[in-house]
Amino acid sequence: MNQIPEIFRVVPVNHFVILASILFSIGILGVLTRRSAIIIFMSIELMLNSVNLLFVAFSTYKSDPAGQVFVFFIMAIAAAEVAVGLAIIVMIYRRIRSTDVSILNNLKG
Amino acid sequence: MVLNLFYFLSFLAILSGIMVVVSKNPIHSVLYLILTFFTLSGHYILLNAQFISIVNLIVYAGAIMVLFLFTIMFLNLQDDSFTGSRIMFHVAALLMVIAFAGILVVKLGGAQIDVADDASFNSQVGMVENLGMTLFNKFLVPFELVSVLFLSAMVGAVMLGRKEKGERNF
Amino acid sequence: MEKLIAIIPALPFLGFVLNGLGVGKLSKGLAGGIGALASLAAFVVSLVVLFQFKSGDGQAVVVNLWTWMSSSSWKIDFSFHVDQLTLIMLMVVTGVGFLIHVFSIGYMHEDEGFGKFFSFLNLFLFSMLILVLGGNLLMTFIGWEGVGLCSFLLIGFWNKNEAFNEAAKKAFVMNRIGDLGFLAGIFLILFRFGTCQYTELVQAFGAIETVNDPYLVWTGICFFIGAMGKSAQLPLFTWLPDAMAGPTPVSALIHAATMVTSGIYLVIRMNALYATIPDVQEFILWIGMATALIGALIGTSQNDIKKVLAYSTVSQLGFMFVALGVGAYTAALFHVITHAFFKALLFLGAGSVIHGLHEEQDIRKMGGLKKALPITYITFLVANLAIAGIPPFSGFFSKDEILAHTFASNKVAYIVLAVIAGITAFYMFRLLFLVFFNQYRGKLSAEKIHESPASMSIPLIILAVLSTVGGFIGLPEVFHFPHLLGDFLAPVLQPAKSFANTHSLSHTISHSEEWMVMGASVVISLVGIGIAYSMYISKKLVPSDEAPVGILHKLTSNKFYFDEIYDVIILKPIHLISGIFAILIDILIINLFVEAVGILTKGLSMGLKTSQSGKVTGYAFLMFCSILAFTVFYLIKVF
Repeated sequence: MNQIPEIFRVVPVNHFVILASILFSIGILGVLTRRSAIIIFMSIELMLNSVNLLFVAFSTYKSDPAGQVFVFFIMAIAAAEVAVGLAIIVMIYRRIRSTDVSILNNLKG
Repeated sequence: MVLNLFYFLSFLAILSGIMVVVSKNPIHSVLYLILTFFTLSGHYILLNAQFISIVNLIVYAGAIMVLFLFTIMFLNLQDDSFTGSRIMFHVAALLMVIAFAGILVVKLGGAQIDVADDASFNSQVGMVENLGMTLFNKFLVPFELVSVLFLSAMVGAVMLGRKEKGERNF
Repeated sequence: MEKLIAIIPALPFLGFVLNGLGVGKLSKGLAGGIGALASLAAFVVSLVVLFQFKSGDGQAVVVNLWTWMSSSSWKIDFSFHVDQLTLIMLMVVTGVGFLIHVFSIGYMHEDEGFGKFFSFLNLFLFSMLILVLGGNLLMTFIGWEGVGLCSFLLIGFWNKNEAFNEAAKKAFVMNRIGDLGFLAGIFLILFRFGTCQYTELVQAFGAIETVNDPYLVWTGICFFIGAMGKSAQLPLFTWLPDAMAGPTPVSALIHAATMVTSGIYLVIRMNALYATIPDVQEFILWIGMATALIGALIGTSQNDIKKVLAYSTVSQLGFMFVALGVGAYTAALFHVITHAFFKALLFLGAGSVIHGLHEEQDIRKMGGLKKALPITYITFLVANLAIAGIPPFSGFFSKDEILAHTFASNKVAYIVLAVIAGITAFYMFRLLFLVFFNQYRGKLSAEKIHESPASMSIPLIILAVLSTVGGFIGLPEVFHFPHLLGDFLAPVLQPAKSFANTHSLSHTISHSEEWMVMGASVVISLVGIGIAYSMYISKKLVPSDEAPVGILHKLTSNKFYFDEIYDVIILKPIHLISGIFAILIDILIINLFVEAVGILTKGLSMGLKTSQSGKVTGYAFLMFCSILAFTVFYLIKVF
């Protein structure tokens, strides 16, 4: 446990950057494309996680614990956000009986 | 061996991410997202971030996704269908996302990033004691503020969830 | 003394402000009192300044209030200039002005716009005082414009009547045409001499050696055009008869005694300039002559009491300009003074008649008012004798001096002028006989015709006294009595005199010729009176109501068709052009440009509105697009 992890030698950190970027883009695609509010929310979670991965990777490669502490906080905030966000989705559902975001166009014009 | 593991986990992560976005059934989306979390936890273990990987599983896969499942089952959501009238929009979004991803991959992936050298490498990064020391010394105030954040989120969720007068049950 | 000089115009201005702010709130007595008191106070202060000046050294006093404009090459101050000419004008303006204010208290008694009237009168007095006291050409111009404005306000005083408004507009526009000439003159002077301060200009003019310098000829003509507009000379005189639409005190003050004499004041002020350009003086002479002739001819066939007096004013102004044309500046000023007395008296008397007959102005419906309006009759008779030039009334001396100087320089002009004097006597006495003699031809019952109250009669009496004795300030040399006015005014006219002497342009007249001229003018006046007597007393002729017959009668009673000619030559083309512009350019082109802005904005907003779809996904997409743009910019360009 006191030695340098093997991944440090084998995988350059750029690979993690590429992986995080791809996951992030997939999340964006989900936000733009899907109509159900729940699915959009889940895509946002995906985006947050890709960022978590990047933080942890850099924390390891630069040997700085601040990155992981920040991941800690991101998770906490994501949890709070999901709680409130789902409450809002439930409220919207009570109004319009559906989670389709394309119905909500009162700001038109 | 680590390299192969890394590629395998990455492939799995990307695949399940795509399935999250593409699935019609919201329950399937949730399940695929849980799979994604598992692969990411695997990555964290490879990176010697043991605490984070376990916490990831417990918090995300164990609590947040369960919350999602509850909501989906509560609202009794049906399959989300793609309507044909938005094909143009989908294609445009897809193209732009591919462009975005492409730019990031090419430019950031090929950039020169400084990493720590062998001499100053602290192998205890990621261990619980080290994290705890950092968290409670350097990041004490944010830690306390997060607890306040949770309080407000709780209160908010309860307030939002209340039933209004005259409203029927589902 | 400087403070007193600055106070003089401030007093009527104060009256204007007080009366103007108190329109409708002040009682009639108070408003009239403020107005009359302001002019009386100005008169008293002018008197004090006169005495202080006389005990001084006779040099001009310049009161510099503040610097108005200055550039690297010239400086114009807001300053007053007091010399003998100014003092005389001050006394006439404030004195006659005060009497007319008192008259107006009685005349305008029933009018609701009483307070407004007095505030306008005070404003006029203020402007006229600025004109007269002005220390440089620009100050005089300020007063010039001010009196033009007040003339407009007062002519159109009863502004519910459309015809009166037209008359006011006509007066203002014609004045404006003259003002253009005045302004051009100021520019020419500034360009050549770098100053318009009178004290400096006098020195500059004194240094001129050449006679009839073309630049100065044009300058002189420009100033004379200004004088033409303001003093109703040919061809800018048609506004004066129309200006009779205003109340009679207005006609008396503005269009007889003060405003119309501003042109003459200007030329006398610039006498040093005009002495060097005898060609322009000749031009002034003939214009004045033509004006006098036309005014007199038209006056013979008018049937409105005020119109007759208006044309007689035009004619008398022509006389004054003839005097200026032959270089007799003192005679011109003398005639200004006496004309102020007897013409104001004539107008006020006409006002008294109109008031007594309850707003009747047609002389064909008057007659036999000798017994009903005795004071008015006596004062009117005095004024008539003055204007006809019967000695020893004031008009005789001033007119005779003009005739004498004209005789000395241009015999043809003298003969025409003498004939005009005869015609003047004729039509003025025609007016007198038709109004006051024979039987009453009107419809009012006898007890309704009343004499005017004291507030109106006392100014009449005062003016009658002045018309009688006023001539003695300017007795001709043959009486071996000093010419008081001439001696007083000599320092002001010194530059003109010296220039004329050095270039041998002056004329003299011998004593025997002077007696001959005096006798001839008396004879001609008596002949005119005699003809009028025979027509209107012996034969008891009354001007008929039908259309005039005979070419001369037709021409004169239709005012030589001047208004009609102007209408065809000037007004109709202007209306045509403005109509074309209104439709073609205004509606088609300008409206198009203005509306285009609105149409463009509307179209653009309609187009941009489609981006606000209201859908969250759309907004998210736009956000992502901008993030993509940023990414492209930073990652590709910067790295």
